[in-house]
Amino acid sequence: MTTLHIIYFAALCDATGREEETLKTEAETAKALFHELTEKYCWPFSEANILVAINDRYRPVDTSLQEGDRVVFIPPVSGG
Amino acid sequence: MLFQLTNRPIEPLVESLHSHAGGIVIFEGRVRAINDDRAVSSLEYVAYPELALHEGHAIINNVLQQFDILEAYAIHRTGHLAIGDIAVWVMSAAVHRKEAFAATECIINAIKARVPIWKKEYYSDGEAIWVRCDHCAHDHAPCPAVKESM
Repeated sequence: MTTLHIIYFAALCDATGREEETLKTEAETAKALFHELTEKYCWPFSEANILVAINDRYRPVDTSLQEGDRVVFIPPVSGG
Repeated sequence: MLFQLTNRPIEPLVESLHSHAGGIVIFEGRVRAINDDRAVSSLEYVAYPELALHEGHAIINNVLQQFDILEAYAIHRTGHLAIGDIAVWVMSAAVHRKEAFAATECIINAIKARVPIWKKEYYSDGEAIWVRCDHCAHDHAPCPAVKESM
């Protein structure tokens, strides 16, 4: 089990009902964690719509998760 | 700072430019009252600041390397904005205008494509939704010079 700090923004914050949480998970990659959270919170996005940031940098979705990582799933951006 | 986030009204930075700058191109993105035929009453921007600042600086640094320009800056608003407010401000300064136009367009396209900022539109009928620009028809794919660093 790995303990992670997850932060939620925008539509994912609304769908999750919280801005952040500390989570124990067996997910070994960001991709696996995304599917775990999608099932838990019924997120309205597919894997193809989402990017992931680990410790405040964009990373590939198959990146392995490490104890204490700060993970943010990035729904489609709409700045500008 | 090359790229800034602010929750206060944007105050453009054009006071002390490079003395060789003869072509200055400024883009202002403003809140408009209509989007997709719906009456908009206001907007809210939320940013993931740690990553947004990192990506914004990377975009500006790449453009400074790839284009023959002297200076470039961008500022993006966060918080609640009224109709007419400046949401994003981008400036490029070059010896001549051609490179300044190209650099400014490249910066705003890259910001819209990859900087983690989200827009919530509040409509006059009371509904509010997060805008999903992956489905919109606008062309804001980053230029190759910036996309390659993502």
